[in-house]
Amino acid sequence: MIDATHYVVLSLILFCLGLIGVMVRRNFITVLMSLELMFNAVNLNLIAFSFRLSDLAGQVLAIFVITVAAAEAAIGLGLIIALVRLKDTVALDEADVMRG
Amino acid sequence: MDFLVVNFAEILFYCLAVLTVAGGIGVLVFKSPVHAALSLLFTFVMVAALFLLLHAELLGAVQVLVYGGGIMVLFLFVIMLVNVKTLAPEQAFLSRLAPLAVVAGVLLGVLIAFALIFGVLVSGHGDGTALRTVGGAEIGNTEAIGAVLYTTYLVPFEIVSVVLLVAMIGAIVFGRRSAGLEIEGGGGES
Repeated sequence: MIDATHYVVLSLILFCLGLIGVMVRRNFITVLMSLELMFNAVNLNLIAFSFRLSDLAGQVLAIFVITVAAAEAAIGLGLIIALVRLKDTVALDEADVMRG
Repeated sequence: MDFLVVNFAEILFYCLAVLTVAGGIGVLVFKSPVHAALSLLFTFVMVAALFLLLHAELLGAVQVLVYGGGIMVLFLFVIMLVNVKTLAPEQAFLSRLAPLAVVAGVLLGVLIAFALIFGVLVSGHGDGTALRTVGGAEIGNTEAIGAVLYTTYLVPFEIVSVVLLVAMIGAIVFGRRSAGLEIEGGGGES
């Protein structure tokens, strides 16, 4: 069997990949995809610890995370639609109405 | 034979881990949003397989259904809807926020080092049977999660349903054409 450490390191790599994507990409859609990547990393971490500790709480929490991720995806994609209607672009830099 | 089975699980883990990270890198480097979305779908399926390796069978199925089905269809639908191809391509990739990306990379290295050094804290593995046992009777993972979800975690479960309702209403409001967004936008642009 694999040590839980392996899963933790893998989820760390996935989370940092998502973090880098959120920071360096300008495309709103890709930023949301990177966010989903981070959610997946969190879920992997939760389930790895659930397996390590033989506790179902981690899996239940992962179900909640998946639910919130689905809600976040719906809201985020609605925001993309609104941004495209307003500015005709998906570049995050263009959303500067509130810039002073 | 037992040795072979154990080795098989390890080989499977490393293959899946490499493919997961490759899919995650694909999300970052593909210029086309459709390619990035398909790479993300690949990552989701690989993570679902990892869930199965961790004795989280229900979560693996939910991952494929919710992420691979629902969220991915939403992403592809929006990509088709806004017709990104007609929009300006992304030129400033890895330019302005590159220092932050470097910081994140260093952070990644430090965190991996920490995880490996203190990995002894979480090393070892649990007993998979505990994840599918309710009240001493060994049933399935789904039944075990249901038994916990509807008793111990009933209040969070109900709250999450409210979260979903609010998200649904919010998405409808954002997506409405006559929500007054145009008026506010016109004022902001002047």
